[in-house]
Amino acid sequence: MFELFSYGDAGWGDEILQGLAITVQLAIATLPVGLCIGFLAAFASMSRARPLRFLGFGYTTIMRGLPEILTLFVVYNGAGLLINAALRWWAPEASPIDFSPFAAGVVALGMVFGAFAAEVLRGAFQSLDRGQVEAGRAIGMSSRQIFLRIQLPQVWRFALPGLGNLWINMLKDTALVSVIALDDLMRMTKVAVGVTKQPFTFYLLACLIYWAMCVLSELVLAQMERRANRGIRRA
Amino acid sequence: MNPFEILVQYWPRLLDGTLMTIKLTLMGALIAAAVSPVLALVRVHAASMAQAPLRIYVSFMRGTPILAQLFLIFYGSGQFRPLLQEWGLWSFFRDPFNCALLAFALNSTAYQTEILRGGILGVPRGEIEAAKAIGLSRVKTLRRVVFPHAYRIAWPALGNEVILLMKASALASVVTVFDLMGRTRQVFSKTFDFSVYLWAALIYLCITAIFVLLWRQAERRLSRHIGARHTPQATAQPLKETRA
Repeated sequence: MFELFSYGDAGWGDEILQGLAITVQLAIATLPVGLCIGFLAAFASMSRARPLRFLGFGYTTIMRGLPEILTLFVVYNGAGLLINAALRWWAPEASPIDFSPFAAGVVALGMVFGAFAAEVLRGAFQSLDRGQVEAGRAIGMSSRQIFLRIQLPQVWRFALPGLGNLWINMLKDTALVSVIALDDLMRMTKVAVGVTKQPFTFYLLACLIYWAMCVLSELVLAQMERRANRGIRRA
Repeated sequence: MNPFEILVQYWPRLLDGTLMTIKLTLMGALIAAAVSPVLALVRVHAASMAQAPLRIYVSFMRGTPILAQLFLIFYGSGQFRPLLQEWGLWSFFRDPFNCALLAFALNSTAYQTEILRGGILGVPRGEIEAAKAIGLSRVKTLRRVVFPHAYRIAWPALGNEVILLMKASALASVVTVFDLMGRTRQVFSKTFDFSVYLWAALIYLCITAIFVLLWRQAERRLSRHIGARHTPQATAQPLKETRA
C-alpha cells in the first residue's frame, strides 16, 4: 500500500506534497492580509466617529454570519466580474482578465479572518489597563508613543490565544479553495482518488495531514503564549 | 437582469434551499445534542485511559476541515462498497444528504461534548454535595441538579456552535445536496447573475439573526428563576473554540 504514497510516477507522495505546499502558502499569505483587515476593522469599531463605528460593527457582524464558502464564491465570481467591468470601462479593447483562484482565496479567507480578528483585537484593546494609558499621558508621551510602547505590546499578549484559534480555523478553511479549482492539498487528494479509486485511504491521509498541521500549530502557539507571558506574574 | 427579477423568478428554489439548510442544521444539531451529554459525562468522570479514544475523536474532529470529513464519509465509503452492501448500509451512504448529515452530526458532537464538559465542570461542588445531603440518587442528581445548571452555563456557547454548524452546512452543496448554497450556485450557473449570491447572503444572515433571537429567548426562560442578576449572553458572534 505504501507505494501509493511514494515519489515519482508510481506514487502520489510528490503530488500531495505539492498540494500541501499550496495550502501552506495560501495560509501564510492570508495571515498578514487578515491581520491588516482585522486591525482596520477593530480601529473602526472603536473609533469616536459614529459612521466608522457603524462600518466596523457592520463588517464584523455580516462577515461572521456568512458561510465561508459563500464568501469565497462571492469574492471569486464577484471580484472577477467587477475587475472585468472596470476593465471594459477603462480599456474596451483589452481581453478579460481571470481573477486567479489563489488571489480569491487570499482575499476571501483574509476577509473572514479579519472579521473574527477584529473582535479578538477589540477585546484585547479593551482589556488593557486604562491607568497605564493615563500614566503614559501624564508623563507626556504622545498618543503614537502610547500606542507603540504601551498598548501594542500588551495587545499582542491578550490577543494571542484568540488569534491562534483563528489561525487554526483559517488553516482548515483553506480546504475550501479546492472547490474553486486551486490545486491545494484537498484537490490534489481528489486527483489521486480519481486515478487510484481509493477514496478512503487518500482522504484519510489528507485528514491526517491537516490534523498534524493543527496539532503542530497548537504546540507552536503554546510556546509563543509562554514567551508572550514571560514577564507576567501568575495571579 | 435586476436583482428583484432574480428573486421573483427563482424564489421557490431559494426557499427550497433555505428549508434544506434549516433541516440539515437542525437534524445535525439535534443528533449531536442527543449523544453529547453522555460523552460529556464520560469526559468528566471516566478514568483517563477510558477517555483516550474520546479525546482522539474530539481532537480529530477539531483538527481537520469539515470538508475533508465530509469527503472522507461520502467518497470514502465507496471504497468499502462491497462490505457496506453486505451489511445493507450502502443505500444510506449513497445518498449525499445522509453523508452530509452524518458528517455534521459527528463534527457537532465533538464540539458540543467539549462545551457541555465545560458546563458540567462549571457546576459548583456545593450544589452536588447539597443534592447528596438531601439523599438524591446519582441519576436524580444529574437530572435535577447537574445538567440543568450545566446547560445554563453552556447555553451561549451551544448557540454559537449551532450557528457554526449552520454555516458549515453550506459545504453540503459540494457533494450535490441542494441546500441554500447549492440552489444559489445552481441559479448562478444558469443566469450568471451575481445578485443571487447577495440574496443568499441576506437569507443566511436572516436565519442567524432569527436563531439568535430565539436562543436568547430560550436562555431567558432557562434562567428565569435567577432574576435580574443574570444577563443573557448569547451573541451572533461565534468564535470557534478550537483548542483542547
